Amino acid sequence: MSACTLVSVSTVLGCHSCSRIDMFSKGTKRKFSDDGDEMLDESLAGAQVSSSYSLQRQSLLDMSLIKLQLCHMLVEPNLCRSVLIANTVRQIQEEMTHDGSWQVVTEAFCGGSQSPSERLVATEVLCRSREQDAEPKLFSVLSYEGCREEEVVADETLCSVSVSDTASNVCLSESARHCWERDELVDADRDDETCESSRLGPGDDEDDDDEDDDDEDEEVDIDEESPRDNPKTMGQVFGTFEIKNGTPGPDSALEELFSDVDASYYDLDTMLTGIQSAPKMGPYDLLDSLAPSHGPPSIGSPSSCRSDLNELDHIMEIIVGS
Amino acid sequence: MAKLVDQHDHHYCTADVISAVEFSQSGEFLATGDKGGRVVIFQREPQGEYNVYSTFQSHEPEFDYLKSLEIEEKINKIRWLPQLNSAHFLLTTNDKTIKLWKVSERDKRPEGYNLKDEEGRMKDISKITSLQVSPVLRPMDLLVEASLRRVFANAHAYHINSISINSDCETYLSADDLRINLWNLDITDRSFNIVDLKPENMEELSEVITVSEFHPHHCHLLAFSSSTGTTRLCDMRSRALCDQHAKLFEEAVDPANRSFFSEIVSSVSDVKFSHSGRYLLTRDYLSAKVWDLNMENKPVETYQVHDYLRSKLCTLYESDCIFDKFECAWNGTDSVIMTGAYNNFFRMFDRASRRDVTLEASREVCKRRAVLRPRRVCVGRKKRDSDISVDSLDFRKKILHTAWHPTDNIIAIAASNNLYIFQDRHSHHAGHHLEQDRPPQLQDAPAQ
Repeated sequence: MSACTLVSVSTVLGCHSCSRIDMFSKGTKRKFSDDGDEMLDESLAGAQVSSSYSLQRQSLLDMSLIKLQLCHMLVEPNLCRSVLIANTVRQIQEEMTHDGSWQVVTEAFCGGSQSPSERLVATEVLCRSREQDAEPKLFSVLSYEGCREEEVVADETLCSVSVSDTASNVCLSESARHCWERDELVDADRDDETCESSRLGPGDDEDDDDEDDDDEDEEVDIDEESPRDNPKTMGQVFGTFEIKNGTPGPDSALEELFSDVDASYYDLDTMLTGIQSAPKMGPYDLLDSLAPSHGPPSIGSPSSCRSDLNELDHIMEIIVGS
Repeated sequence: MAKLVDQHDHHYCTADVISAVEFSQSGEFLATGDKGGRVVIFQREPQGEYNVYSTFQSHEPEFDYLKSLEIEEKINKIRWLPQLNSAHFLLTTNDKTIKLWKVSERDKRPEGYNLKDEEGRMKDISKITSLQVSPVLRPMDLLVEASLRRVFANAHAYHINSISINSDCETYLSADDLRINLWNLDITDRSFNIVDLKPENMEELSEVITVSEFHPHHCHLLAFSSSTGTTRLCDMRSRALCDQHAKLFEEAVDPANRSFFSEIVSSVSDVKFSHSGRYLLTRDYLSAKVWDLNMENKPVETYQVHDYLRSKLCTLYESDCIFDKFECAWNGTDSVIMTGAYNNFFRMFDRASRRDVTLEASREVCKRRAVLRPRRVCVGRKKRDSDISVDSLDFRKKILHTAWHPTDNIIAIAASNNLYIFQDRHSHHAGHHLEQDRPPQLQDAPAQ
């Protein structure tokens, strides 16, 4: 991605119907996706306004969804904040539906079997965020795997941000940086403690099994959900605040206790797969291939395969329980 | 626990951050609560200074095993009961549990009884021929004790944001995001639900309760405000469940000015009845409004607290600052209102003269007995050196909690872990009247 300056988001979003020309002096140059073809019919100025506005509306939508997803699950999240963000999302969704741009989004990504208002915003947006080149992002998402950082949406007067792929290149003015960094720090700390991260990247296959059980419980399973396959409903966002009626049975209580913990961590197979360097070869195969004769192994051999062998032995002992 | 650094590079814990400030009904005491669940009570000395009177641990962190979530010990609100005898009572609450504390003094202790004689020497037991039933009281150093008298628990599924004691002094309300409950101060195992905003389907939830307060004189009237910017007045006499409001105070938003942030910015963060009971003061993100209880469709006065933030809303949304909840306060005569802002600024508005002042609460500018100088925030070029540019405002430094003495011109300002108490310098001089055509000049009184 190349560096570019951002249009003041709040100026555009603050006045819904304005279309001031001076906004363009700091406009972004972006490639439109093919879906934006209908805009070429308008005058250039009008096109730039509406596409700029819709881009920034989109970024506000994305930001809001991220905020809803990334709850600090150590303490119960603030319901008032969640409701206000959800209302903002609904507002944007409604407007996009009226514009017709919502139709475009849903047709692009789903079979069109469900009507746009039924589809959840989370699904489309988080799908789209994986396609790197389709639409450039306008705000920063700190993926907890640390793989990719994007631009930060900012007011032109408060912050100026450059786009880069590495975390260190984001420049923010003093006050905004402190705000952002402090929140980051809190986020990072809390998410470390919850031991799972909300992933925007691909590869959530192993977590798919856990979701279906939890739908009825109305628990928020932000950690292991793959949004593609099991989008989070508004009810699930607020569902964590539900008081449970009656006494839950011991099993369901335990389930809830562990519901936000990735079960795969406790899967011995997964662990072993990680440790063994050559899963296809059994430990005894390895032993056979290494030993030139069937004589006793020499003590103190510096070979690294020896240590692997010892490790494998150790693991086998654990499995077998000898 | 996160370590924070203030402007002087002093380290402090998040637990020390003050989260509630409240004067007692007479103004003799000032209570503060912090994120660590502690309460500190200050008492006004005869010379006019406030000194620490008592400190106690009100709430402890808890763990909700059903939801696998922590319940914070942070004190959300403190409310004093009117004083009936020599002891003082106050209610404190965190997100889930309300507690009634009794704070009492002891300056005598019982001594002697039967084993020691008047000089404190052990008596010879074989020589005791009579028993003394009543204890002998000896003076001791003043001891202030806080004892827990009532625990009002398990009545709120959501986070408690308000408590308010009724003028009847027997009941009080507690409000969370969706419900308001009515309690009797003596009964802990039962409360009555008087407002319930919870929808059948939580997916339809679009409005939460933000603050609630009883009317100062009419024990059947209460007000509650919401995240949609409305404030409702409810009459408990008309029906048991007060979902139907008696009055709805809401100002229509000009559609031309509507933006995606309009609703968030209109969310009411504090509601206070005037001492007279005739007006309501509401605080939303950018302004403070005075409403006449007899006029619902618009406020009688609107005060812009920091309108220069209007063009920064997106950044403030991103940093979550837009969700900060500022409190507001009336002075004793309802002629001045006060509220906090960012950069450790707080503002006062004189209702009659329409003059306002911005002041800063920070160690750098607050020397003992110094008079506070007004500050100014400028959007463009600085006109004076003392001006602060909008871009250099520190949004970490927010004055969320402020309190005004019930009768005198003394205010308490909480800035992170610091408490500032300011007094009107005129109040020290007998014979000087407070000039009504100027906002009060403030000087710093030492705070602990």
